[in-house]
Amino acid sequence: MSLLTRTDGAHATRTGRASTAVAVGFLTLAACYMLLPVYWLLVAATKSQGDLVDSPGLRPAHWHLGANLAALFRQQDGVYARWLLNSLLYAGAGAAVATALSAAAGYALAKYRFAGRELLFSVILGGVLVPATALALPLFLMFAEVDATNTFWSVFLPSVVSPFGVYLSRVFAAASVPDEVIEAARMDGAGELRIFTGIGLRMMSPALVTVFLFQFVVIWNNFLLPLVMLQDDDLYPVTLGLYTWQTQTSRLPVLQSLTIVGALVSVVPIVLTFLLLQRYWRAGLSAGAVK
Amino acid sequence: MSRADRPKRRTLAPYGFLAPFFVPFVLFTLLPVGYAFWQSLHRTARTGGTFGRTHSVFSGLDQYADVVREPYFADSVLRVGLFALVQIPVMLLFALVLALLLDSAVARLKRFFRLVYFVPYGIPGVVAALMWASLYDPRLSPITALLDSAGIRADLLGPRLMLWSIGNVVTWTYTGYNMLILYSALQALPADIEEAARVDGANGWTTALRIKVPLIRPALVLTGVFSIIGSLQLFTEPQVFRSISTSVTSTYTPNLAAYSLTAGDDYGGAAALSVLLATVTFALSFAFLRLTTRRQG
Repeated sequence: MSLLTRTDGAHATRTGRASTAVAVGFLTLAACYMLLPVYWLLVAATKSQGDLVDSPGLRPAHWHLGANLAALFRQQDGVYARWLLNSLLYAGAGAAVATALSAAAGYALAKYRFAGRELLFSVILGGVLVPATALALPLFLMFAEVDATNTFWSVFLPSVVSPFGVYLSRVFAAASVPDEVIEAARMDGAGELRIFTGIGLRMMSPALVTVFLFQFVVIWNNFLLPLVMLQDDDLYPVTLGLYTWQTQTSRLPVLQSLTIVGALVSVVPIVLTFLLLQRYWRAGLSAGAVK
Repeated sequence: MSRADRPKRRTLAPYGFLAPFFVPFVLFTLLPVGYAFWQSLHRTARTGGTFGRTHSVFSGLDQYADVVREPYFADSVLRVGLFALVQIPVMLLFALVLALLLDSAVARLKRFFRLVYFVPYGIPGVVAALMWASLYDPRLSPITALLDSAGIRADLLGPRLMLWSIGNVVTWTYTGYNMLILYSALQALPADIEEAARVDGANGWTTALRIKVPLIRPALVLTGVFSIIGSLQLFTEPQVFRSISTSVTSTYTPNLAAYSLTAGDDYGGAAALSVLLATVTFALSFAFLRLTTRRQG
């Protein structure tokens, strides 16, 4: 009996070890695939324009990163810094407003029973299915009607709407704000707004980081809306700026290395945001995915 | 406490909380959809010759008919359809395998792998396309060099492979995002499921396929719907490749075609195409949702 169990156990660990090795091998290959372009970007950003064209893509050449960075921020009177700032403003402020609006709406949908609740929720869910890119052109036509295209607001305002954020907030509010706590606060005479800002928001806040992050990424990565709305390159977000440089590289080859080093710099803020907030967004994401 | 006893402010409060979201939601989501619909049904006409005042005339479904009759329409629709049929299953299977392996096969390095797989999602589509474009470039590409040494000559930016080169960029960008959704769902499953399966003699793969995958079906459906929406709306990646390769035309995808119509001042046509595209996306997502949830019951 004991012998049997022992052989059985030994057998199990042997196949276990082999399959673990296969699993780790696969996971490692996948990691290489994910990191390959990032590695290329890091290497390419350190090359001069000449080396970029002449040297093999994945092998470093002469170190030229400092000069590339200097050239990046000098180009067109420092327009790149302006683009970065614009992106931070569009994405940072836009996601903050979107999160606040979503939190209030999600809290209302989760914690109150009122006429029209299910209808409103269905309309919002429908909004999740309306793709942002399908909205860009109609939004352009509408802003054109009131002469408001090519303004900061034409890109900023549409991005504060996040139906998916409302959906997530509703899930979070239902899961993390107990009815008893709300009732107790009412007994103490607190107003509805006080209860929401003082208790509801506080209990939801770890999960709301997820809403903020996802909207931040969506706005930061947005391309079609600024592309159709903006003509003035002082208003460009960094994605649109890099794209316009890319389209001009056949005329101005130096823009190629600037586009590459600019792409590298543009990724830094988003990586930092994710690293800083990572212990919050994972918790929030799991709550959102299960329901 | 009965409904009538409740203080009035409490019955009004939810509307107060919803209003700040709903006003911009109506203005920047519902209204544009409605406006595009209205515009798609009207044509601009001029009274009194070329320089007369413009006004709009109801034209019914004429502009839809015009758009649908254009040869690029069927081409672009078939292209994204083919794209979706191949790219979505490949990406979701890849994401599912990664999620299952992370969930059960490795204990260490979990955090590291998870973070690495999620990196591409944070990289803007424009930047991702720029990076891959250089990796595809026949003069610089380590990939074509590798294929060359294996005796395969592949023009990754040529007309035959372009769609799949774009597919690779999309897969690269979104696999980690989908993996994270699936992984979170797996993590939320009660631990005793695995325990019970092991006692019953099921091995890792049987447990994964027979027990875990069916249980995370809602998360799979979610990733499926988002992928369908994303594929049909394909724009950023082909638009960036357009500046590098002639393989991508201005009407490569329906979204690119709509953008080209706008650039050519054909707002009515662009509106008709946008409405059509949004309707099809909506209908397909909804159908997929219904189909996959019904089978569950």
